[in-house]
Amino acid sequence: MFHWLERNPFFFAVGVFLVIAYAGVVTILPDFMESARPVTGTKPYTVLELAGRQVYIKDSCNACHSQLVRPFKSETDRYGMYSLSGEYAYDRPFLWGSKRTGPDLMRVGNYRTTDWHEYHMLEPQSVVPGSIMPAYKHMFKNVADIETAYAEAFTVKTVFNVPYDQADMPKLGTFDEAKKALMDEAALIVADMKSQEVKEAFKRGEIKEIVALIAYLNSLK
Amino acid sequence: MQARDALNYDYSVAKCFTYATILFGIIGMVIGVVIAYQMAFPELNYLADEYGTFSRLRPLHTSGVIFGFLLSGIFATWYYVGQRVLKVSMAESPFLMIVGRLHFWIYMLTILSAVVALFLGIGTSKEYAELEWPLDIAVVVLWVLWGISIFGLIGIRREKTLYISMWYYIATFLGVAMLYLFNNMEVPTYFVAGMGKWYHSVSMYAGTNDAMVQWWYGHNAVAFIFTVPIIAMIYYFLPKESGQPVFSYKLSLLSFWGLMFVYLWAGGHHLLYSTVPDWVQTMGSIFSVILILPSWGSAINMLLTMKGQWGQLKENPLVKFMVFASTFYMLSTLEGPIQAIKSVNALAHFTDWIPGHVHDGTLGWVGFMTMAALFHMAPRMYKRELYSKKLMESQFWIQTTGIVMYFSSMWIAGITQGMMWRATDQFGNLAYSFIDTVTVLIPYYALRATGGLLYLIGFFMFTYNMYKTMTASKAIESEPQNASPMAA
Repeated sequence: MFHWLERNPFFFAVGVFLVIAYAGVVTILPDFMESARPVTGTKPYTVLELAGRQVYIKDSCNACHSQLVRPFKSETDRYGMYSLSGEYAYDRPFLWGSKRTGPDLMRVGNYRTTDWHEYHMLEPQSVVPGSIMPAYKHMFKNVADIETAYAEAFTVKTVFNVPYDQADMPKLGTFDEAKKALMDEAALIVADMKSQEVKEAFKRGEIKEIVALIAYLNSLK
Repeated sequence: MQARDALNYDYSVAKCFTYATILFGIIGMVIGVVIAYQMAFPELNYLADEYGTFSRLRPLHTSGVIFGFLLSGIFATWYYVGQRVLKVSMAESPFLMIVGRLHFWIYMLTILSAVVALFLGIGTSKEYAELEWPLDIAVVVLWVLWGISIFGLIGIRREKTLYISMWYYIATFLGVAMLYLFNNMEVPTYFVAGMGKWYHSVSMYAGTNDAMVQWWYGHNAVAFIFTVPIIAMIYYFLPKESGQPVFSYKLSLLSFWGLMFVYLWAGGHHLLYSTVPDWVQTMGSIFSVILILPSWGSAINMLLTMKGQWGQLKENPLVKFMVFASTFYMLSTLEGPIQAIKSVNALAHFTDWIPGHVHDGTLGWVGFMTMAALFHMAPRMYKRELYSKKLMESQFWIQTTGIVMYFSSMWIAGITQGMMWRATDQFGNLAYSFIDTVTVLIPYYALRATGGLLYLIGFFMFTYNMYKTMTASKAIESEPQNASPMAA
C-alpha cells in the first residue's frame, strides 16, 4: 500500500491530510459549544475597556503576563480564585499567555488601583524595586482608538450575539451614545490620576492609551 | 548517470531564498539577542522609544526566525531538492519558473510588511499567528503558490516514486495550510461596523475555544515548520553528503506516518491545568509521550545511516553539523514529552524552562540542519568550493557552546522560578513575593543572552563563509558527488 501511495501523489496527499486532520476533529469539535458558555455574572467589556484591551495587545503585554490562574494553592494564594472556562466567554482573542516573566493578571483589578498602575507604567521600579519591566511612557502620549474599539464591540454584538444592550449588561447603542458613556467612565479614572498631560488631553476630549489600559486592567477581576 | 548529466537544474529561485534565509536569520537572531539582554539589563528597552521594548520585539523575534529565516530556508531547500529527487529541471516548465519567482517576491513583500506591522504593534496577539487579516491573505497566496510549485513539479517528474523528503515537503504544505487557515479565522471589524481601523479584526473563537484552536495551531506550527521540513532536509542532505544509503526504509515509513498521526494530538500539553476539558489535557500528555517513538525513529534512522562511517565526523564538518542536529532533535523530543507530563508541567509551565526547551530544538536541530543544507547546496549552486573548513569548524564549536549555555541556564532558571513560586514558609504562607522570583534569575538571563550571542556570532561566520563561497572561492569543474569540496 505504501509503495502504491508513493507513486500516486494525489492519494498520498489525501492520505496525509486525513491522518493529520483526525486529531483536530476529535479533540476540538466535541467541546466547542460547551466551553463557550459564560459564567453567571460575566459581562462583555465596555468600549473603554475594549480600547484598553487593544492597547494590551498592541504592546504584547501577554508576552510576559499570563491571564490564567491554575488550580493550585500556590496560585490561588497569590492571584485569587482559579480560572473558570466561562469567565473567558467574551475574550476574543484569549490572552492566557505562555510565560510569566511578570505575574499573572487574571484578577489584577482586585488588588491594584488606578494610581498604582499610573506609577507602574511610568516607572515600574518606583513601585516594584528590582522590576525588569520596561516603562511604557508612550501610552501617556498616544491617543486611544475609540472608533476601532466601538467597531469591535459592534462586530461581536452583530456577528456573535454578544449580549450588549440587554438587561443588566453593558450598553452599546450608537457610536455617539457609546462615546458619551465612555467619557463618563474615563472621567472617573482620569480623576484618580496625577498626570497633567492626561488630564488636559481629557479636557480636550482626548483619551490617552493609558486611561483605556487602566480601565481594562481594573476590569480584570 | 547519463540522465543526471543531461539535466541542468535551475537554481535561480533556490539562490534567492538562500539570500532571504541569511537576511532574515540575521534580523531575527539580532532581535533575539537584544531581547535576551533586555531581560538581564532592562535599560536596553529604551533604544528605540516605543518600538524597542521587549514586548514589541518579542513577536518580531519569533515571527522573524520562524517565518523569515526558517521558512526561506525550507523554500530554498525545496527549490533545490525538489528538482533533484524528482529528476526534472524547473527550467523545463516556463510556468513553474514564473510561479517560483512570483512565490519569492510575494514572500519577500509579505515578510517585510509583517516586520513593519509588528514594529507598529499591529497584530492579533496569537503566538506565531500575530499577523492581521490582510497579511494573512498574503500568506495564503504565497502558500498556494508554493503548493502549485510542489504539485506542478510532481506533475512533470521523471522519477515516479516519491523520495522520503518529498513526503515531508508535501506534509509541510498540507499541515501548515490547514492549521493556518483555521487558527486565523477572524472577522474584519471595519466591514461590519463601517468605522475604526480597516485592518483590525476579531477572532472567530472566544476564550477557551480560542485557546484550544491556538495551541492546536501553535504546537503544530512547531511540528510542521520546525520538524517536518527539517526531516525532509536531513533525509536528503545527510545521505548525499556522507554517501551512505538511508539505514532503513521501514523505519522511515513508521516514523513518517507515526509523526503525522501523533503530533496533532499533542497541542493540549500547552493547556494543562487550564480551563480546557480535562480529557483533552490528558490526551495531550499521553500523545506527547508517544511522540517520542516517531521522533526518535527518524533521528535513529539518521544516526544509523552513519553506521561504520563515524570517521566522517572528524573529516567533514557538514556531517558533524547534521549528526549533531539529529542528536539535538533527540534531546528536545525527549525533553518535550517530559514537560508534557502533568506533574512536571505544573512546575515548568510559564517558566523559562519552556523557552529553554524551544531553543535547544531550534538552535541545535533546526538551525544546524538548515545551515548544513545551505553549505551543501552552495558548491553545487555556485560551482565553487566552500570557502573555509577551518571557519566552519570554529563556527560549529562556538555555536555548540552557545546552545549548551542557553539551555542549561534556562533549565536552572525555569526550575528555580517554578520552585520559588510554590515555596511556603513554616506557616504555609507563600515564601516569596513575585519580584523575588524575578531578581534571582538575572544572572541566568545574562548567561542565556551570552549563549545566544555566541550563536549569533556563529551565524555571522556562516554568512561570511557563504558570501566568500559565492564570490571568491576556487571554481570547481564538475559537480561533486558526495562530500562537499572545501578549502582548508
